[in-house]
Amino acid sequence: MPKQGVVPDDLTRPFWEAANEHRLVIQSCVACKHLQHPPAPVCRVCGSDTVEWKEMSGRGTIYNYGVVHDCPIRLLQEDQPFNVAVVMLAEDPGIQMYSHLPGTPVDEVPVGAEVEVTFEATANGQMVPEWRVVGSSGEGGEPA
Amino acid sequence: MTENAPATMYRTDEGTGPWEHRGKVAAVGVGHSPTARRWDGRAETCVGAISLIALRRAIEDAGVDPAEIDGLVMDPVTTTGAYWPKGKPVPEEVTSAFNSTDNPLDGIAGLSAEWILKNMPELTGIDFTMYGPGCMSNAICVAAQAVGDGLANTCLVLKSWHNYEGRYYQGGANAGSDLPGTAALHALWGTPACYGTALQFAEYCRKYGKNHDMMAPFIENSRQNGLKFPEGYWASHRPEEITPEDYKAARWIAKPANLFDNDLPIMVSAAYLYTTAERARDMRQKPVYILNHAASNTRPRSLTPTLDEVEADTARTARKIYEGAGITAADLSFENMYDGFAQFHQFHIEGLGYRGMKFGEALDFYQTDISIHGPNPILPSGGNIGCGRSRFWMHTDCIQQIQQRAGERQVTGVKPEVAVSGGPMPLGGRFTVWSATPD
Ligand SMILES: [Zn+2]
Repeated sequence: MPKQGVVPDDLTRPFWEAANEHRLVIQSCVACKHLQHPPAPVCRVCGSDTVEWKEMSGRGTIYNYGVVHDCPIRLLQEDQPFNVAVVMLAEDPGIQMYSHLPGTPVDEVPVGAEVEVTFEATANGQMVPEWRVVGSSGEGGEPA
Repeated sequence: MTENAPATMYRTDEGTGPWEHRGKVAAVGVGHSPTARRWDGRAETCVGAISLIALRRAIEDAGVDPAEIDGLVMDPVTTTGAYWPKGKPVPEEVTSAFNSTDNPLDGIAGLSAEWILKNMPELTGIDFTMYGPGCMSNAICVAAQAVGDGLANTCLVLKSWHNYEGRYYQGGANAGSDLPGTAALHALWGTPACYGTALQFAEYCRKYGKNHDMMAPFIENSRQNGLKFPEGYWASHRPEEITPEDYKAARWIAKPANLFDNDLPIMVSAAYLYTTAERARDMRQKPVYILNHAASNTRPRSLTPTLDEVEADTARTARKIYEGAGITAADLSFENMYDGFAQFHQFHIEGLGYRGMKFGEALDFYQTDISIHGPNPILPSGGNIGCGRSRFWMHTDCIQQIQQRAGERQVTGVKPEVAVSGGPMPLGGRFTVWSATPD
């Protein structure tokens, strides 16, 4: 599925640069160690403006999902219907990431299953983290 | 220039006791414009024009001399998903029909307080204007607080919506080839607006052993009530019921949310007149007193609210609503919480503990008599599902029910004395408690 391209902005540039290196990083507060995603200029818990980017293991669990049949984004409409799952990171289940779950059949999403990160190219070549069910043999990830 | 209401005008904190203006502010007038599915391009149907209709009707309804009105609270944004196409010329025959402001799309794709004042010369006494952006739910909280605080004595509140040709939400960034990095974290996966609510509903069904079909009586009831709302879109243009079979057969948008779990974007405007309880006494309509307004500023920890976050917040919101109003759930004659999307209505009413309801019980409650003629009315306005996308039918209905002038929609199984309405989403909503008496 060809996702729209991404133009990194100041707030999210480290996230996207890491993705291009096939690394998943999440913003972390230096003062209180709180992880936050989406990122913000300051820590949403303690207000500290000293935030850094921490590399994650790339492991997670499927928390929930829906099946998109009527997508507002033109580029994705020809692939309808498709899964959009919410993944919770192994390091902190409060941190969520969306996924099309490449390799998982539509509406056959195993809630609670373990997933691992993969990276795929968007329309402008910017890489984006995606997720694949551990042990699934389906296609997906970086297009050939 | 009109400014957004400061955060301090919303009552977001728990434990602050009864609202300091409890029962001292009242709604005394209601005005609605006609509805339309989309703007037809004429001057007399643009969002500015229909706003003037709603405002003048509210003034007329209250029986107030326009010159006596000193306040205007409104939302300058008139859509969430119908964008004026980039580069499309502004129609001269529309702009020339009105007194314009610096923004050529004012009155067409948005609405400033300045545009209203320039086009309602009869409002000669306005010295207070403020924005309560988001929805009518926000604007009426701001108006209630403003009248209570003495910033205005007789205050109009306005919320208007425009809609154009084309699919809602499919213009703007969604039609483009790339996204800014921050937006991309949410938007790259192509989720429709109802997706977050559908996720919460999916989790709710898994947790409590419920299913999508159990929503059918709620949807059917909402449309039935909406068809008794003459100001509503469906009643005036397409008097179509939604049967349980229709509901269950409808196409998915973001499964488990289907077409009828979503609402229909329309053109519409509503205005209310708020004043002090003292001033309300000699107005044409029976005053409906505001016992409290309350707000949630909660944000989800990450991308989308979890069921736990939703339930914690609706419970917190209910405590704020009841504490500030000095009432309990047992005092509610009926409820009119928001329904666009249908699948979060149960979160609102479970949080309220409406009729003793606990988390996970609303869908079972929907299988009982929830009609306007029974003892447990659910959403007598019909909401967005029953009347089209405005986010304000529930407020108008609370006022009209308590004034005993809801017509065919009038609740008959309960005495309409105290009600609550508000929204939109459980997280971040704004709520009002209405009463037939000031105490
Ligand atoms: Zn911190």
